[in-house]
Amino acid sequence: MKRNGIFFWVGAAVFLIAIALMTKLITNEYPFFAGYVILQFIVLAVAWSILGGHAGYVNFGTSAFFGMGVYTAVFLFKVAGAPLLVQIAAAAAVGALMGFALGLLTLRMQGIFFSIATIALTIVIETSITNWRYVGGAAGIQLQRPPVTWPFSGYVQMLFFVQAVLVVLAVVVSRYIQNSWIGRGLQALRDDELAAECTGVPTLRLKVLACVVSGALMCAAGAPAAMYLQYADPSSAFNLNYSVSTLAMSLIGGTAHWAGPIVGAILLGTTQQLLTVTISSEVNVLVLGVMLVLFVVAAPEGLIGLLRRIRRHRREGKQ
Amino acid sequence: MTPPDTSAPLLQISGLTKRFGGFTALDNVSVDIRPGERFGLIGPNGSGKTTLINCISGAFRTEARTVVFRGEDITQLPAHVRTRRGIARSFQIPRPFKSMTVVENLMVALDFAVATDPLVSAAHRHDTAMSILAGMGLASKADASATTLSQVELRKMELARAMATRPKLLISDEAMAGLSSSEVDEVLDLLMSLADQDITVIMIEHIMQAVMRFSQRVMCLDAGKIIAIGAPNEVMANQRVQEAYLGT
Repeated sequence: MKRNGIFFWVGAAVFLIAIALMTKLITNEYPFFAGYVILQFIVLAVAWSILGGHAGYVNFGTSAFFGMGVYTAVFLFKVAGAPLLVQIAAAAAVGALMGFALGLLTLRMQGIFFSIATIALTIVIETSITNWRYVGGAAGIQLQRPPVTWPFSGYVQMLFFVQAVLVVLAVVVSRYIQNSWIGRGLQALRDDELAAECTGVPTLRLKVLACVVSGALMCAAGAPAAMYLQYADPSSAFNLNYSVSTLAMSLIGGTAHWAGPIVGAILLGTTQQLLTVTISSEVNVLVLGVMLVLFVVAAPEGLIGLLRRIRRHRREGKQ
Repeated sequence: MTPPDTSAPLLQISGLTKRFGGFTALDNVSVDIRPGERFGLIGPNGSGKTTLINCISGAFRTEARTVVFRGEDITQLPAHVRTRRGIARSFQIPRPFKSMTVVENLMVALDFAVATDPLVSAAHRHDTAMSILAGMGLASKADASATTLSQVELRKMELARAMATRPKLLISDEAMAGLSSSEVDEVLDLLMSLADQDITVIMIEHIMQAVMRFSQRVMCLDAGKIIAIGAPNEVMANQRVQEAYLGT
């Protein structure tokens, strides 16, 4: 357990150093532009699986949280020219509040009813933003990036690094939750909510907590997107694709372990990027659907579940 | 046979009524359970036994002061707080945490239900879980997945998990249903040994020989009403009880 911990922290440090070196050594902007999207999906998938994986509550509202992150950044930038870090921190706070409200209002409902409520949330928020002139309304809003700060050579490189820091943050949180009493409680309530409650697990409180943490991370992941595109409009910020892709990445990777969503996001995110560039952006949605169906049939517990099953078979084979 | 009446009741049910729409599942039920008592609860299917223990354990909410535990009104408390106060239960149909091993099932109780002392390490709690499992004869299954257990093992694991919450009152909801007669004796011996550890036990059961052997007092419900309460022999001899079970 202890040795695992050291490996994890060393791995996280190596990852960040590698990302920092990349921003120094690679001069072409395109790899950062594409890589940013993958990193963003890692954060979303890891955050999603805190509630969707550990607790088993399927959230279709990823795009609501993501879009709120985008528009928190847009609003703060327009009103006060707030720097990127402030935008992200504020988005995290907004996401936490949203998660808290959503949790209190809907987590008393069990299973599918919660999922339906999260879809409604997306529509309600998107409609509100569409009718809010100050942040651009339905037509969207153009944003002028401020000059990039030292030590970065370009704004996209900086966003890439910032999103990588968010990845580490999200994974640290998710891993902590999985290994702590919170994770055990969430796992218990996913298996059987009544039995968990009668074993002393404060189910509602834990679900709301998971919703708050998950919401804060999703919103934070959305905040830099405004500066990344230099443009924001409701129909792309609240695009249902974010919800579907995030869900698919978590499920394809497997939610039983914190590493699952990372694997899923890298695999699916990379495939989507390649397809968008080489064929078209419509095909990647098709591939997403096909992969989701394949995994639901062949490996319902995702790649992580598949690996575990293979390892168990091998061990039994040896015995 | 019965413990002295002088001690204050552990659990007081007074004037408890529970309706589902137009259906009255429990109708003005009042009963006191004494500390350390072995209490049998019988009645035909649908008579309100499980509803009663759902009201006690907190799965259903009831009106104020209808359920008083150790002198405190617990009707407004959610189930997990009642568990922490000392009310544990098993389920009629076993409800294990399926994605966990047997010992992890108990760790949930130790993590959440028992007031956590930061000095007590995870290793120590694991030892506690193992000793409870050993007491139930499940030590060899500790690392097995809960899905691989047999019916009797599941029943025992549910009791072990309930015991891990360190209850003062344990409610066993048909822990012997579907077991062979030797397995019934096994589970019955376990429940008897728990009662010896100063734990008050309410046992719901259809197997009459088990009820007779176990209980110091028996209560019979029919259509949500108490039709008889007293020493096991008296209750069995009661004509209304016989009618309720056998039909007239």
